[in-house]
Amino acid sequence: MMQNVVNSIPTPNFEYALLSPILIMFFAACAGVLIEAFLPNEKRRLTHLLVIFTSLLLAFFAVILQSGPNGRALVASGTVALDGPGWILQGTILLIAAMSALLFAESKVDPLGDAFAARASTLPGGEEEKTVTKLGWAQTEVWPLLSFSVTGMLLFVTANDLLVMFVALEVMSLPLYLLAGLARRRRLLSQEAALKYFILGALASAILLFGSALTYAYTGSLEFGQISNGISSANNSPGLLTAAIALVAVGMLFKIGAVPFHQWVPDVYTGAPTPVTSFMAGAVKVAAFGGLLRIFYVAFGSLVWDWRPLIWVVAGLTMVVGSVIALSQSDFKRMLAYSSISNGGFILVGFSGTNRAAIAAVLIYLITYAFATVGAFALITLIREQAGESATLIRWKGLGKKSPLAAGLMSLFMLSFAGVPLTSGFTAKFGVFTAAIAGGATPLVLIGVLASVIAAVFYIRVIILMFFSDPIPEGPFVVVPSVFTTIAISASTVVTIILGLFPQIVIDLVSSASVFLR
Amino acid sequence: MNFPWLLLIVLTPLIGTLLLFVPKRFIPFSDKQIALYSSLITLIFVLVVAFIFDTSSTALTQFDVSYDWIPIFGISFHLGLTGISLVLIGLTAVLTPIVLLATEHEGMKKRKEFLMWILLVEASALAVFLARDLFLFYVVFEAMLVPIFFLVGRFGGPRRSAAALKFILFGLAGGLVMLAALIWLYFVGATQLGRGTFSITALSNELNMDVWTERWLFLGFFFAFALKAPMFPGHTWLPDTAEQATPGTSTMLIGILDKVGTYGMLAILLPIFPNASKEFAPIIIGLAVFGVIYAALVAMAQKDMKRTFAFISISHFGFIVMGIFSFTSIGMIGSTVYMVAHGLSTAALFLTAGYLIKQKDNSLINSFGGLTKIAPVMTGIFLIAALASIALPGMAGFVGEFMVLTGTFQRYQIPTIIATFGIILAAIYMLWLYQRVFTGTENKETKNIVDLNLKQTLVLSPLVLLTVLFGFYPAPVIKIAESAISNTMLQIGQTDPGPIISKVETK
Repeated sequence: MMQNVVNSIPTPNFEYALLSPILIMFFAACAGVLIEAFLPNEKRRLTHLLVIFTSLLLAFFAVILQSGPNGRALVASGTVALDGPGWILQGTILLIAAMSALLFAESKVDPLGDAFAARASTLPGGEEEKTVTKLGWAQTEVWPLLSFSVTGMLLFVTANDLLVMFVALEVMSLPLYLLAGLARRRRLLSQEAALKYFILGALASAILLFGSALTYAYTGSLEFGQISNGISSANNSPGLLTAAIALVAVGMLFKIGAVPFHQWVPDVYTGAPTPVTSFMAGAVKVAAFGGLLRIFYVAFGSLVWDWRPLIWVVAGLTMVVGSVIALSQSDFKRMLAYSSISNGGFILVGFSGTNRAAIAAVLIYLITYAFATVGAFALITLIREQAGESATLIRWKGLGKKSPLAAGLMSLFMLSFAGVPLTSGFTAKFGVFTAAIAGGATPLVLIGVLASVIAAVFYIRVIILMFFSDPIPEGPFVVVPSVFTTIAISASTVVTIILGLFPQIVIDLVSSASVFLR
Repeated sequence: MNFPWLLLIVLTPLIGTLLLFVPKRFIPFSDKQIALYSSLITLIFVLVVAFIFDTSSTALTQFDVSYDWIPIFGISFHLGLTGISLVLIGLTAVLTPIVLLATEHEGMKKRKEFLMWILLVEASALAVFLARDLFLFYVVFEAMLVPIFFLVGRFGGPRRSAAALKFILFGLAGGLVMLAALIWLYFVGATQLGRGTFSITALSNELNMDVWTERWLFLGFFFAFALKAPMFPGHTWLPDTAEQATPGTSTMLIGILDKVGTYGMLAILLPIFPNASKEFAPIIIGLAVFGVIYAALVAMAQKDMKRTFAFISISHFGFIVMGIFSFTSIGMIGSTVYMVAHGLSTAALFLTAGYLIKQKDNSLINSFGGLTKIAPVMTGIFLIAALASIALPGMAGFVGEFMVLTGTFQRYQIPTIIATFGIILAAIYMLWLYQRVFTGTENKETKNIVDLNLKQTLVLSPLVLLTVLFGFYPAPVIKIAESAISNTMLQIGQTDPGPIISKVETK
């Protein structure tokens, strides 16, 4: 009897090679913890840098090597789906994480050190804070936190099982809650942001978990493929399923910051240290949309007609509300936060196409947007005043005169966000509109057109401020960054221009890989 | 593939832009020379193409060059020359070096940047007139907003920021609506033809849309073109922009770029949406006629010279649109001639007035007076430009206006008669402006105004000469335009209405 039971449990087959990107980042995170525990203070930073960039690079190469035609498989007993979109999302997350890591590593723009508090435990503004700052201490725990978060993201976008997805979500989010509270300057704002993010994020996770439980109750499975089968065969009450989908949707829409679940975005983006904000606006967005795509296209794919109206409404609201509120922002980081919300709406327009082209369009939008947004946030870190970053828009007057290069690059990103042709933002917008019209969501495209024009106002206002006005006395100055930030900004600039001029590159890459495994 | 003349034409100004940023020790030319030479080389290429161009050919396009750009959507970098594009790239290539020469005083501090944007405007204008792929057309149509935006915002008057913002928002609004229509059109084409294509030729010749699809798509494209041209009631951005922009910018904007709107109607709307065009023609003619009269009246009420010129242009765009939607060859050819004439006369008006405005840093009409004696050369050239603008016989504008009215009269008698009053109004607003600015007694302000020197006169003289030349001998422009218009008439399945008086029996 005992023998039988043991035999009936299948030996878990674990495809180490295919899972290597996730594992590499996981080991890097563990190594980071060990470094914190065993290395003396002064050696930590360099070791961390070495570990994180080596691991990000290795993981990226692992993605390239494994993602060939043989690399499309359901692994880890069907709980992880390594398919075209999965690999592309993983690759994008790794690149964006590497760029954010470069910003994490920057310690030259602020005379006091990197962007993080010297000791997170000290009282903001207190004596102890001054002492540790003077001593030049650094909160090097940010590196393992970053690695853990990347690990979570890599797993989240390939998770093929609601439980794995939930675990991945938590691995991805918990480090972010901490990172958001670690700003060196304006620490109270940062801590408030962290707390807000944590509480609302935990609530959203709970809702997602509840939705997962209801899904299990209805279909008897947590695996996406079987959920899909279960939905068509089960004949439980449809109310249960509706509640399940609604709750899962709310949990996911919270993560992408869609209206009406967007309230946390402006506060957290503004309060968090700018490198962390860039990581959230870039990588988290990619991960969250990746997860959303997979759940709704694979697990709930057969119910397209039921959830599509919901997505239409949310997409329209997100675009319009995000763009309109962004109009009245006076703080640049806050404006970019609302811009990120509104861009989320545009991605949802592509998402609502619910066809193969939609998957490709969403992926292209994510790639182009993530690179441009990291570039824009990287530039913010350079525009400073004595007290830190200068994000008050009105003070940017005449910045083009003081630093034509920084202002020029910022204008490029603004034009890209506004979707002006020959920048990557246009490629993205063309893609989502095309997918949406192909999927019959033409009214949504018209709302998108309207929202684009509204959004153009605040993007272009930034250019006008920088280039068409005279500088104010004692305005912000632009610092020359170290090689880290320079690489990050150059990379996003090159991507923004190249994908605008030759969109074929990314279209080819993505459209050959826009099929989910189930 | 033929020798890629068209590619050379588009690339030359771009190469010039790049050369501006090469360190000076590698290049024996100043910035000014680089910009001027590249625009002159462009002009030479355009002239070469104009001489090789075969007006007797029935082919839709000549000199085609095509490269794959985004094959998955059937998008190619396809340039091709029709008669209409030839006329318009000719206008662009002539006006750019003149603007470069005539605006040496503009933006002296930021000269390199000014030259760069002007060259970029030229390159994008050339590309948009030559594009035979609708996606390429759209991309350039939108991208060309950026150089003008910077030209207005960086070099304009005190309220340039607001003007630049208004300009680019109107442009983006029109463009984005067109983008939605463009994508929709792509799917209509993909479903019907079995392959996705943006080729203007394929879309015009092979596509049969159902009635409502065609109507909606027509409106999407028309919206963008009407905002660009601009037509009443989407015209409000033009006076604001022209008032704040420098005369050089305004010349590029109104002389060249606004033609993209009317060019789009003639070369894209009509061939691709012939049925909807016919359906909407009466409404559009109505709007155009209203625009002719309304803008002419508003032009009279303006206190600022640049605003006046802007409203005059809006009035003239009304004529051009009338000719296009008259669906007669003579009307359409007239519109094409009118576009050239309008480009030349607007350039002459803005640039001559520019010399005046620059001296006083003021463009209010009433602050001038009595210039006939102080600045006779300037007065003379302005008078010719003014007469050209109001289409005096012997000037190019007359040929265009006459043909437009003749063509339109064949189908829409009453609107044409109303539009004819526009000519009278034109004489009033133009001569009245001339009278207030140039004649009368000199005042304190105008006493020390300096006349045009020889170089400035020489720079402006090609505009005057060409205006008069085409006024007396419009045959080359008409012949080139005719070769394209006859194809357009075929594409839209129209024949010219016969003479109204039936043949009289002779005994």
